Amino acid sequence: MSLDLAALRAQFPILSRQIDGKPLVYLDNAATTQKPQAVIDALVSFYTECNANVHRGAHALADEATRRYEHARDTVANFIHANDRQEVIWTSGTTEAINIVANGMAQQLKAGDQVLVTEMEHHANLVTWQQACLRSGAELHIAPIYDNGELDLNAFATLVNEKTRFVSLPHVSNALGTVNPIKELTRMAKAVGALVLIDGAQGIAHGQVDVQDIGCDFYAFSGHKLFGPTGIGVLWGRQALLENWPVWQTGGEMIAKVTYECSTWGSLPNRLEAGTPNIAGAIGMAAAINWFMQLDVNAVQAHEQALIRSATEQAEAFAGLTIIGNASNKIGVLSFVLDGSHPADVGFILDRQGIAIRTGDHCAQPLMRRLGVPGTARASFSIYNSLDEVDALFSALKKAQSMLA
Amino acid sequence: MSLPSSEEIIDDLAFFDDWEQRYQYIIDLGKSLPAMQDEDKTEDRLVRGCQSSVWLKSQIQGEHLHFEVESDAIIVNGLLALVMAAYQDKTAKNILAFDIDGYFQALDLERHISPTRGNGLRAIVAKIRHLAEQQS
Ligand SMILES: Cc1ncc(COP(=O)(O)O)c(C=O)c1O
Repeated sequence: MSLDLAALRAQFPILSRQIDGKPLVYLDNAATTQKPQAVIDALVSFYTECNANVHRGAHALADEATRRYEHARDTVANFIHANDRQEVIWTSGTTEAINIVANGMAQQLKAGDQVLVTEMEHHANLVTWQQACLRSGAELHIAPIYDNGELDLNAFATLVNEKTRFVSLPHVSNALGTVNPIKELTRMAKAVGALVLIDGAQGIAHGQVDVQDIGCDFYAFSGHKLFGPTGIGVLWGRQALLENWPVWQTGGEMIAKVTYECSTWGSLPNRLEAGTPNIAGAIGMAAAINWFMQLDVNAVQAHEQALIRSATEQAEAFAGLTIIGNASNKIGVLSFVLDGSHPADVGFILDRQGIAIRTGDHCAQPLMRRLGVPGTARASFSIYNSLDEVDALFSALKKAQSMLA
Repeated sequence: MSLPSSEEIIDDLAFFDDWEQRYQYIIDLGKSLPAMQDEDKTEDRLVRGCQSSVWLKSQIQGEHLHFEVESDAIIVNGLLALVMAAYQDKTAKNILAFDIDGYFQALDLERHISPTRGNGLRAIVAKIRHLAEQQS
């Protein structure tokens, strides 16, 4: 079965927008994806039909809201192949999910321990660990990449050792599009007894994430990069770890018993979910996952490969353009610079032509320094983008190049 | 080359009827903005935007405020030239009286000075106005 792109696009109302009289070409999907009608409908339905707070049900509405909300947890658990629904912790996004883990580790790490991240981290998976190490006295180690943006596996292998307590790395690089061999890397880290977190912010929307198969201990992702709402995300973790994980925020919902002197914590998943959760967000995220799961994953992946292939071919043929990140396994992202032009200028002129890309450091300042660029222009593709839109990017780039020359 | 005045710029830009000409004009203005000395581009003069950065050096010359500005992005440099047309070598009183938002609206460029754009321009305007307030 192949992808009916016109039908797929028709489900995203925003894609028919115009910008300055030109059709919107949305190529900023690594920042956030657009939302299909099914997700918008789920949010509207929740607020119009059954808005109530959850888990406090003295009335029918609260029961219904709780059912939808907890059912959303089942949807996520099923989507990523969690062993148990309790392993799915709602967070505000990837950033909070990583913070829960890094904060908990900071309380367990001690001087002499090592934490390993990579040179391609988003700040969300770098600053968190840097701070955890500063607080605990552990050492932060950085696994290097090659100039093409691929992780140096030999260097990684020598950096994991018996002192390595934690390894945290991205499934897919948001700045370069590199797909990491997470299964192999996880196996290397587990072999020395380290815990492993995969930052799945960019990995999740490309389908077929199976946390059992990866073998990691934690997997973090955001709803808004998976066609769902902003402000909701997931920390998946192994039950045995989460059960005793240091609590993150304290307050309502997460307690068992409270006196003036002390409190005891509730059980999973609530012990890591203080306060009223993002109920509508969770329901919207589940709607996004249900929507995504009814697509033919093979057709989706073939289409995504066609997009990045066409973009790469046209970029290679474009005189004066340098691709930043040439890993052999890449998805969704074309990062580049036009020689002699600042990425921000390229972004301005593309914007004026209705083409939405991102420019700058992509929340990865050390990576930009490593690659020797002040930033890049980044076109990032999602399943609803067309090959025509890839062509539109390059004709807009031609114009940018001639105007900036 | 001396930079045009803010009135001249409004006239010039009104003359163009498509965005390409307007942007080309701004790019050319950006190219003609005098470059700062490298040793003046210090960290304390830097306003880092998330897409581009701007340096601002200011001097008080009698009644007047004199600025040197530069961005790493050429279009931002052009927009800075527009800002300089309004503020360069003016008195603190003139600077504070100038309606910068109205000016960018008249130029149909208000989206570039909006607080949501990470180009550092809004921060530069705020810095200049703050300086003028301290002077007056
Ligand atoms: C690789 C990666 N990690 C983490 C994040 C942070 O995600 P969020 O801002 O949704 O918490 C992002 C978002 O850009 C990302 O691309």
